[in-house]
Amino acid sequence: MYIIIIGGGKVGFYLAKALLNEGHEILVIERDAIRTEFINNELGSVCIRGDGSEVTTLTEVGTGRANMFIAVTGDDDDNLVACQIAKHKFNVPRTIARISNPKNETIFKKLGIDVTVSSTNIILEDIEEEVPTHPLTHLLDIREKGLEVVEVKIPPKSPTIGKKVKELSLPQGSILTLIIRQQGKPKVPTADTVLQAEDQIIAVTTPETEETLRNMLRGI
Amino acid sequence: MNIVIMGCGRVGARLAGLLDIEGHSVTILDTDTYSFHRLPPEFAGTALAGDGMDEEALKKANVEKADAFIAVTDIDNHNIMAAQIAKHIFNVPKVVCRIYDPLRRELFSSLGIEALTPTTTFAQMLKDKIEGAEE
Repeated sequence: MYIIIIGGGKVGFYLAKALLNEGHEILVIERDAIRTEFINNELGSVCIRGDGSEVTTLTEVGTGRANMFIAVTGDDDDNLVACQIAKHKFNVPRTIARISNPKNETIFKKLGIDVTVSSTNIILEDIEEEVPTHPLTHLLDIREKGLEVVEVKIPPKSPTIGKKVKELSLPQGSILTLIIRQQGKPKVPTADTVLQAEDQIIAVTTPETEETLRNMLRGI
Repeated sequence: MNIVIMGCGRVGARLAGLLDIEGHSVTILDTDTYSFHRLPPEFAGTALAGDGMDEEALKKANVEKADAFIAVTDIDNHNIMAAQIAKHIFNVPKVVCRIYDPLRRELFSSLGIEALTPTTTFAQMLKDKIEGAEE
């Protein structure tokens, strides 16, 4: 595959390195001359100096035959514009933009970017997983269906302890799919399963009802 | 009309002054509050510190009720992104921005973003001046 990467910062550099190892044809466009030289010294001649949202630069590097276009500069607007030019001027089949402001995710989708990667969200999710007291952790987003898989830990003093699943007033669209007990044995909950303290529950929910589910299981 | 302007540089500040005198309700946004010193002393509109590419800042500027949005920061991509948010997310009826790069202007015009390119207009004006002097 021919993959163009915009931005030769740390993300761009290591991404290029990894994709080169997988045998892809890679081209990095970087604004800074010194950084461009560094990348070319490290990875061979894969980087040219230029502005990734300039049509002339993108024409020079043959964006028209690129299979994938990935914009990973630190500026959301630069990533958006570069991807839009790649998509609409050069018909690149797949455009991926890195975003720093998580709120931009929906905006970018609406403006036609195929995939967005929010570095802030990824870091946040990793931190959430490492904080044991956090009652709700994101595991997976099923974006096109508007669903997400979350992990909920029942806090020691939650009023839901001792209740049966059918007695819980779960928000619309939320389903408890799996319970992991202290012993580490996974169990598919039925309507009569009784919740215990420290239960880890894997649930499917929607972004809108996530908050309600969290509050209900914490007993707020 | 309710008008929101992003970027309080020379052009933004001057435009805000002109529209304000004509009785429009003007809100001007800039990330650097120092730039508000460019506004005329009699300016009666609102000057807000904020980034026009940020949804929250735009909401604070009441862009949801705006009749027009104008993006005139000196960075093309800032203007393009803000203009698209105003048009496609907040459905502002009239959106205009400045894009210095003529090729970028061409592409985004085809995507429905109304933009002006001072580069081409000004180069043409300079050329006319020189050629006029020759005669």
